[in-house]
Amino acid sequence: MRIWLPLPVVLPLLAAGLSMAAARHRGVQRVIGIVTLSVTTVASIAILVHADQHGPAAAFIGGWSAPVGIALVADRLTGLMLVAASPVLLAVLVFAIGQPGTEREQPAFHPVYLVLAAGIGLSFLTGDLFNMFVAFEMMLTASYVLITIGGRADQVRTGMTYVVINLIASILFVSVVGLLYSATGTVNMADLAGRMGALPEGVRLAFALLLFVIFGIKAAVFPLFFWLPDSYPSAPTAVTAVFAGLLTKVGVYCLIRTQTLIVAPVDRPAGFILAIAGLTMVVGVLGAIAQNDIKRILSFHIVSQVGYMILGLGLFTVAGIGAAILYVLNQIVLKSTLLLTAGMVDHNAGSSRLSEIGGLARRFPIVGWLFLLPALSLAGVPPFSGFVAKLSVVEAGFGSDAWLVVGAALVVSVLTLYSVTKIWGGAFWGQVEVVSVPTDPVTARFGGTVPMLAATTALVAASLVFAVLAGSLLDLCQRAAAELLDPSAYIRAVLR
Amino acid sequence: MSLVLATSTALLFSLGTWLVLQRRLTRLIIGIGLLSHGANLLLLLSGRRRGIAPFIGSIGGERVADPMPQALALTAIVISFGITAFLLALAYRSWQLTGDDLVEDDVEDRRIAARTQALADDQVEDQRLLAAAEAEAEAEAGRIGVGEDL
Repeated sequence: MRIWLPLPVVLPLLAAGLSMAAARHRGVQRVIGIVTLSVTTVASIAILVHADQHGPAAAFIGGWSAPVGIALVADRLTGLMLVAASPVLLAVLVFAIGQPGTEREQPAFHPVYLVLAAGIGLSFLTGDLFNMFVAFEMMLTASYVLITIGGRADQVRTGMTYVVINLIASILFVSVVGLLYSATGTVNMADLAGRMGALPEGVRLAFALLLFVIFGIKAAVFPLFFWLPDSYPSAPTAVTAVFAGLLTKVGVYCLIRTQTLIVAPVDRPAGFILAIAGLTMVVGVLGAIAQNDIKRILSFHIVSQVGYMILGLGLFTVAGIGAAILYVLNQIVLKSTLLLTAGMVDHNAGSSRLSEIGGLARRFPIVGWLFLLPALSLAGVPPFSGFVAKLSVVEAGFGSDAWLVVGAALVVSVLTLYSVTKIWGGAFWGQVEVVSVPTDPVTARFGGTVPMLAATTALVAASLVFAVLAGSLLDLCQRAAAELLDPSAYIRAVLR
Repeated sequence: MSLVLATSTALLFSLGTWLVLQRRLTRLIIGIGLLSHGANLLLLLSGRRRGIAPFIGSIGGERVADPMPQALALTAIVISFGITAFLLALAYRSWQLTGDDLVEDDVEDRRIAARTQALADDQVEDQRLLAAAEAEAEAEAGRIGVGEDL
């Protein structure tokens, strides 16, 4: 098992180097990217299966054992996140290859994308807070490049906001790591879990809140989400899709991990988290309703949906956290799919503004279906996967008597449906207004090149399979949640 | 010694915060630089033991400094160095495109500002005129291509 653990980090990094060397040969870069991410996917599945059957596993990089050395730890949550993230990274890469534009023009796209994949893998695997900072920096630096790739005026403007807000979050992160080290003498999360108890109560609470703020910025919770709807839409489609699907979810993952492992049960700011969850959901969806651009609407939905995940976390029960994990997994697939279809709309209609486009369902029925299915799922319409995820969060909320915030969640899901129908009505129904005339015969007929359609269809199929397997997945998520709420096995695996 | 370091950390953080809140990109970047220096000093200060430099082989029973925060600070320094270079490149690109280094307003903000302005002036009763005012504000921003692919 120890051999498998570093693979989701090491492989993409090595491949990024190779890809950089092959900058002149796009074909070679593509093969490297696809092969690497496929192997990573297999490794992720192996890690999940092992973690589920044998409990948490740890590997120590460089042979230094914990708490001094760098530990990679995989429990069920890590495995689940990796299994959801790797195929999405692969599908989005295939989409990017099929799409005329960024991938074909920029030799840096492939290497940077692989570094992003490595950073995401490391943030899930690391068992050490400082290493988590390094993972974030890898991921974010890659994302800075991807969001401004091409250097267009609007990209530079929004990219600046994105970079600066993330830098400030990172500086805060390093400062907190420093403070934690001086308070406890360790940065290893499993070790921290044991040593936090010796600190005074106020200090423990301060650390809990500081950690919440740092990862809250990355996860885009209220009121720290303002950078997201502005910056995401200006990146190239494939990039927006992977950011929407994965980056905020890495933030949510870190919130779940730190709040359960490092913060002791008595110090958990549960009420505070629930209040933030409610506000995030409501403000996010209201923002979505006010928008006119598909990508901006979907970006506000990212914020709103993060609220549901935080809601599950804030309950701090097996049902709640299990539901939150299921929600994260579901959103990783859904959000990427929706933004990919938004990219196809953009590609065909020459714009993603609802006031300028229309009639796409008649012109490109396939694109219509590829949008409709995940959109209904996002709104939580049965029998799609979004419904199952939402239902489990709501049930968990009722189980913990959190009536107010669950009520807000239900209202928000109706509003989500409203804003999704707004996209449907604006872009897919109505007068046909196709601006660009594609030269490629497949695009002219179906609305996208073969790789674009294949990647999006695969993701839609995955979300349908997700709905079918939801019962056993929820069981697995709840086992993961039980492991989080009783981290003794995790701590034993690291500290031995 | 520790007091001097602590005071400089505080100073770096406060100056950095002030500079980050400025509208000029150059000041903002210097602010980010100061903030990360502050964070690095904080990391160094978090070491719990003081003593001689912790080199393997040179320690003979003497009290050594805690090597862990030094390793952490070194990593953080390298990262902030790289990021600052990227920020400078981005600011340069921004200057190339706009001829200025001011942080620009958000398109959406401009649209909302135009809307309130138009409503307040009571010049626009008609929705179409309102839309025209918004479009004008947007064109002024020169960023109609938000969301457009390369």
